[in-house]
Amino acid sequence: MKFGVVVFPGTWSDRDCGWVIDQVLGAELTYLWHKDTDLKGCDCVILPGGFAYGDYLRTGAIARFAPVMEKIGEFADRGGLVWGICNGFQVLCEAGLLPGALIRNASLEFRCEWTNLVVERTDLPFTSKCGEREVLHAPIAHGEGSYFADPATLSRLEQRGQVVFRYCDATGRVVPGANPNGSLHNIAGIVNARGNVLGMMPHPERCSETELGGTDGLKLFRSVAENALQVLVS
Amino acid sequence: MMIAIVIVTPKPVVNDPQGVTVKQGLASLGFSEVSDVRIGKYIELKLEESSEHAARERVEAMCRQLLANHVIEDFRFDIVRDGRR
Repeated sequence: MKFGVVVFPGTWSDRDCGWVIDQVLGAELTYLWHKDTDLKGCDCVILPGGFAYGDYLRTGAIARFAPVMEKIGEFADRGGLVWGICNGFQVLCEAGLLPGALIRNASLEFRCEWTNLVVERTDLPFTSKCGEREVLHAPIAHGEGSYFADPATLSRLEQRGQVVFRYCDATGRVVPGANPNGSLHNIAGIVNARGNVLGMMPHPERCSETELGGTDGLKLFRSVAENALQVLVS
Repeated sequence: MMIAIVIVTPKPVVNDPQGVTVKQGLASLGFSEVSDVRIGKYIELKLEESSEHAARERVEAMCRQLLANHVIEDFRFDIVRDGRR
């Protein structure tokens, strides 16, 4: 099982993800440079947080044209696991690998705080180690994490069960007060229809050790580590 | 030489918190007639192109592929000859 962590100019969470993968989880790790044109045999590709290419024009707008993104698109088409965290989620939306877009937080503030997330899918390679409707405690750190999709897309996401994480209160109730950024339907993370491309604004890599205040994020890394080898990549 | 002036705006259905905040600021200054504010982007492109028709087609493609995100934004543009501005 080998994780690949993509590094764009301006990525800032690559080493955090790498630390969890090789020091906490003990899995094989390689970094993928944005100019790379091969994925070095990775079983799961992570697009980490940060400000790829300075987030100029729009978040993820330039990153989606990086050479490595073409290979990631092909990998996703073959069923490979692709996991976008924060800026990575924004890049996946810009690239069209996930529907919708992430816009400026309703508060206009950069929000850096702990959130609660209710897990709505546990049948995915990313979440199999979570309990049904388990509430995860995970931090966010973003200025543009307000999920938007047009009404038809949003209703399709809901009907197909593509919403994986929703901001909720400590007891798991999805209420407006628990929504840190104005995301429609309190959406914190979604998956594509096939179930192999996940995007989420919260940072699981920053809550994978007790020293950092929680280990809920590690459940997602463990899920991927257990399942990635069973995912068929033709 | 042509210059393309591209205006990118958030779609009407997209919440624009910057616009709402600026509207409140204007109201507090006494400009109470302002009923809505939408904030977008102004992009100016210099083009090595002599045909306006060709420039128009190219800029349309640039907007669709990169300058605007069709999920959340609308765009419009004008093409002017450099020196006539």
